[in-house]
Amino acid sequence: MTNVNLSRRAFIQTSVAAGGGLLLGFHMPSASAAKIEPTPWNTPTSGVEVNAWLTVDPNGGFTIRIPHTEMGQGGITSVAMMIAEELDVPWNKIQTVFADPNRHLRNNKEYKVMSTHGSQLVRLQHPHLMQAGASARERLKEAAAQAWGVPRDQVVAKQGVLTSGAKSAPYAEFATAAAKIKLDKEPEIKKDGEWWLLGTPTQRLDIPHKVNGSAEYAIDTRVPGMVYAAVKACPVPWGAVKSFNFEAIKGRPGVIAAIELKAVPGKEDQPDMQNAVAVVADSWYRAKTALDLLPIEWDFGPNANVSSADMLAIGRKVVEEKGIVSKDSPQAIELVANGKKVVSAQYERPFETHARMEPINATVHVQDDRVDVWSPTQDQSSAVLLVADQLKRDPKDVYAHTMFLGGGFGGNGAGGTAVTRQAAEISRQVKRPVKVLWSREEDIAQDKQRMMSVAKLSASIGANGLPEAIVTRAMWFSKGKANQIGPATADYGITTMPYIIPNRHHERQNVETHIPSSTHRAPGANQTGFITECFIDELALAGGWNPLDWRIEMTKGLADHQLVLNMLKDKAGYRTDLRRGEGMGVAIVECHETIAAACATVSVSRRGQLTVEKIVVVADPGHVINPHAGREQMEGSVIYELGHAWMGGLDIQKGRVANTNFDSYNLMRIDQAPEIETHFALSKGKRWGGLGEPAGPPVPPAVANAIFAATGKRIRSTPFRLHDLSWS
Amino acid sequence: MAVTLTINGTSHNVDVEPETPLLWVIRDNIGLTGTKYGCGISRCGACTIHIDGKPVKACQTAASAAVGKQVTTIEGLSKDSTHPVQVAWVEVGVPQCGYCQSGQIMSAAALLATRKKPSDREIDAAMADNICRCGTYPRIKAGIRRASEIAGS
Repeated sequence: MTNVNLSRRAFIQTSVAAGGGLLLGFHMPSASAAKIEPTPWNTPTSGVEVNAWLTVDPNGGFTIRIPHTEMGQGGITSVAMMIAEELDVPWNKIQTVFADPNRHLRNNKEYKVMSTHGSQLVRLQHPHLMQAGASARERLKEAAAQAWGVPRDQVVAKQGVLTSGAKSAPYAEFATAAAKIKLDKEPEIKKDGEWWLLGTPTQRLDIPHKVNGSAEYAIDTRVPGMVYAAVKACPVPWGAVKSFNFEAIKGRPGVIAAIELKAVPGKEDQPDMQNAVAVVADSWYRAKTALDLLPIEWDFGPNANVSSADMLAIGRKVVEEKGIVSKDSPQAIELVANGKKVVSAQYERPFETHARMEPINATVHVQDDRVDVWSPTQDQSSAVLLVADQLKRDPKDVYAHTMFLGGGFGGNGAGGTAVTRQAAEISRQVKRPVKVLWSREEDIAQDKQRMMSVAKLSASIGANGLPEAIVTRAMWFSKGKANQIGPATADYGITTMPYIIPNRHHERQNVETHIPSSTHRAPGANQTGFITECFIDELALAGGWNPLDWRIEMTKGLADHQLVLNMLKDKAGYRTDLRRGEGMGVAIVECHETIAAACATVSVSRRGQLTVEKIVVVADPGHVINPHAGREQMEGSVIYELGHAWMGGLDIQKGRVANTNFDSYNLMRIDQAPEIETHFALSKGKRWGGLGEPAGPPVPPAVANAIFAATGKRIRSTPFRLHDLSWS
Repeated sequence: MAVTLTINGTSHNVDVEPETPLLWVIRDNIGLTGTKYGCGISRCGACTIHIDGKPVKACQTAASAAVGKQVTTIEGLSKDSTHPVQVAWVEVGVPQCGYCQSGQIMSAAALLATRKKPSDREIDAAMADNICRCGTYPRIKAGIRRASEIAGS
């Protein structure tokens, strides 16, 4: 071993020179098969692998393998920051690449978790990610200690340099030795307050690729010899194909084949295929045009006449009946039944769809010795297993390539969608690589939707104007009567309301629907946050309370809620004395272990035109590692949820989704977007919450409560656009 | 049938039906994948490109309509991400998932080409055709204001 003695200044100069040709930041995944490595876990440098997450490169750089997907939430940057924090290396020497799911599965889930969902990346994965960095650092120190003949605690590892007394060397010098060292005891990870990098607003590493068209998504995959498929599943989910007439389109330019895709009886989970027809052609536009002209006769099955109105009628009936008891309190029932002052209301929310901007797609190349998959999934390791299962192949021979995701929002979670199986099946049959792309209409019609829900709430108000008892019944429509979607049940957000109401009784019901359902950004809280926090506003006002003061009063003793609400009070300038047509509203919802509160300011014209002027959000995720990305996620969550509540709502007609494109399923646009102000109120305790979702749920109720303040009109269902907000 | 198109200053002969939307010609025939498919009905703006400097939705523009004209895609906006909108986008940190951002940037660049210092209302009007599902609108507005400063300095 060469003992290198470099001053810190010399190290920086040397490494800058050596790093001249190094692509720092993020190494682009390849969307081209021509560039595929036989062993895709090889990093793009000749570095020494210290552990599965890290290689130390000879030119002074450090390559971090990111096990998670990047859908705009800043995952690449967060993972790299957590490892760099512990490793203690200069941030501008970090290079990132996606970790390989095939390696993960071969090595007994080496990265522990590759799925990216539930705002979990920092919240739940930080201990083992930081551990990977800390362990590498200690092993580098141990290697230097052994070489220098000093105890490990006399070696300092800082900013990529190991030092002990007069001896000093860059990490790279000891990387090979460190890779072989096994520590007697793994180091503990640093605590909040001991950080030099975490907590610092940091530009995301993926951004430069996202301003010049070079960021590659699964939809951009191009494989030599690739053909394209457009797919249409039975518009009424779980219906069947009676017949189709390929002869009618066979002669169209570029058309290669029509393939029937068959659902497997009894297999109706999220990634299972619907009955569908695919047209394969030499370009997607030719495939899609031919598919539109293909005569297909469907058997729509027993759900051919179901509508949103029918479902709503069922929901309204169900909340009148006894359900599954989530929290039992006979006393609450009695107090509400005999209360002097009782407030009751029913709330309703429609289905919503994920509508990620990148429509669902997958490219699969089936070959004799291997299968390659490019899919916009939130869990690449599941994509491997799905394709292996569809083709009855060994997962060891299936390689999933992680691409940027054009949005996720929970819709691409748990391995995602049937499209992966579709592409595997079509590639197997046509014996060529195939890109399956769902049209936007197919994407919305065949998405796994967020559940429609209805809730009935009653509360009895005591002498001090505060509630003494609350009784609630909530229902949702879920595929297979699913009790739980992600962390949520039909009354999640109602049962978890923080308020110290002495007597609480909660019930729920799950009603079967044929409409496929799935997790959706902020599961449960996204629907019930509105229901709970609008009803709470009704209660506060009925008891003669200022709604913000009511919430502060009713969370006394809950230090973190108090911290959030008091900061909201401090920052938002909440008032109840605005002139008619103007109003402010507040709400607070907990989701994924983050407490988030919002204050909305709205104006409503006499004719009922709504303008959401401003949203102030305060969030307590406990700790925040990249405040820059955290704020972006809070802003995005605000727009996302407000969009559903204001202009969203899926319409079910004749058993199918009727509004399947952006002319009829409306998303928020820039001219409707409010000014947004974000604040962190960090409790810095044991709780680590997520930031990808929780800022959304309090926004719709804050806006509805503001509309009430402005107009006197209480909104108990969404979307707001269906309500007459005019006043005189 | 062959159609000749000039895209980012380069001439291409492509064998497509003349009514094929420019979006698919650019992405699948020519291989420039920065321009994105979002809706196919001109309602989301992910496919926004410039034809003779003006913003158009490539999903509803026939390839034949671009013959003899200058087509610019995100890849041709600048050689090295130095257009003021791109510089501002990085500085402000506009993109999240990034999928719609090629279209957002092309719309913003077209706006700034005609209005050096657009008002908030002009920004809203010019950008209302471009949906961002991640909700980056506050940063798009900040990015355009910053790009205007950069271009003016």
